[in-house]
Amino acid sequence: MRDRLLVATRKGLFELRGAGRDLKITGRWFLGEPVTAVLRDPRDGALYAALDLGHFGAKLHRSDDDGASWREVTVPSYAGVPGDPPPALSMIWVLEADPNAPGGRMWAGVIPGGLFSSSDKAESWTLNRALWDNPLRADWFGGGFDQPGLHSISFDPRDARKVAVGVSCGGAWLSDDAGKSWRVSTEGMWAAYLPPEERENPATQDPHRIVRCAAAPDVLWTQHHNGVFRSVDGGQTWREIAIAPSSFGFAVAVHPTDPDTAWFAPAISDQQRYPVEGRFILTRTRDGGATFERLTAGLPDHESYDLVYRHGLDVDDTGARLAVGSTTGSLWVSDDAGDRWACVNANLPPIHAVRWM
Amino acid sequence: MAPAGTVEVAAARLLEAIDAIGQDYPHLAAYVLDEHRRLRKHVAVFVDGRLIRGQAALDLVLAPETDIYVMQALSGG
Repeated sequence: MRDRLLVATRKGLFELRGAGRDLKITGRWFLGEPVTAVLRDPRDGALYAALDLGHFGAKLHRSDDDGASWREVTVPSYAGVPGDPPPALSMIWVLEADPNAPGGRMWAGVIPGGLFSSSDKAESWTLNRALWDNPLRADWFGGGFDQPGLHSISFDPRDARKVAVGVSCGGAWLSDDAGKSWRVSTEGMWAAYLPPEERENPATQDPHRIVRCAAAPDVLWTQHHNGVFRSVDGGQTWREIAIAPSSFGFAVAVHPTDPDTAWFAPAISDQQRYPVEGRFILTRTRDGGATFERLTAGLPDHESYDLVYRHGLDVDDTGARLAVGSTTGSLWVSDDAGDRWACVNANLPPIHAVRWM
Repeated sequence: MAPAGTVEVAAARLLEAIDAIGQDYPHLAAYVLDEHRRLRKHVAVFVDGRLIRGQAALDLVLAPETDIYVMQALSGG
């Protein structure tokens, strides 16, 4: 079971350690600065923290000594990429290590809508032109942010060439050749926020978050803007699943070995975006979405208006240990797959992402 | 990352001054300029005490003894 948790917040990056549901803050970095994405590369232990400095742009830092020291490295760049106006990096939204890639390749999903890769530990980046130049990208639009953003990058551990990415609002995309070519793949998804004739446009679907079961990589779960969708064929087709009390939310986590088990953080759609009836709960399915349980033990029994962002829910590689962090700055963990939760801290800055390591 | 105090450089324009300082501080330019070498939206440039708005600040011809302040514009949060 993982005993270290990284928590990326609006006011810094925190590390927590501890057993069971008893975690303590053991590290704090970049205090006061918005941390938008974080990664510990399992291949070499390097830590990465993406910052959004507002005035001074998006930045990226790497630590090669487990957080003892950090060094600023290179951010993805749109230099030389034409446009009117030319695109410029706004925010790094997700960082992922490619588990199969020789040479330690890593990927970054950014706003505006770009996918970048680096093979030198973020000393340099290359824009994935195959996705950027796809003509369907012209249909993408922003959701939550003014510009579209790429927030999910999922590798098939059986085959290094197979990658899935998600864009808000730009659909779910698959590559079978390590990103050399892409196809949009949203059959089964639909968009309640578009007029009837546009509802099945693949390039304007809004998958808020796409995750893959590590042990059953053909199973992917998507928390979409207006529903939950599950694929059992590697993302080729999707089936809608309705969840009580709400199918709206941003985050989803899937069990690493059981593709039928997944967790969600429901909220009221569409303009309100707070927990149903002002009560923060999580939901879990253990049967592939046929039924859902409401998880409440250890979560607030009073009014609570916590909202969980896309990367604010994570499960460790045992499937037992979970962490969820909210925009209210509350952090809960569970060590029994969500049966019981403990509030680790209710007074953190607004939480962007949690990640076991 | 950035010089601790005031630095003096020889430059005819602010853009050249940023590049000159960047010789010693390679990340500095990216804090002031975006990847298209445009002045970042929330960075304010004062030349001899006067706020120069927008991209014009980068190309302003500088006198031999010019004081330049590059500051973050005020914003909340």
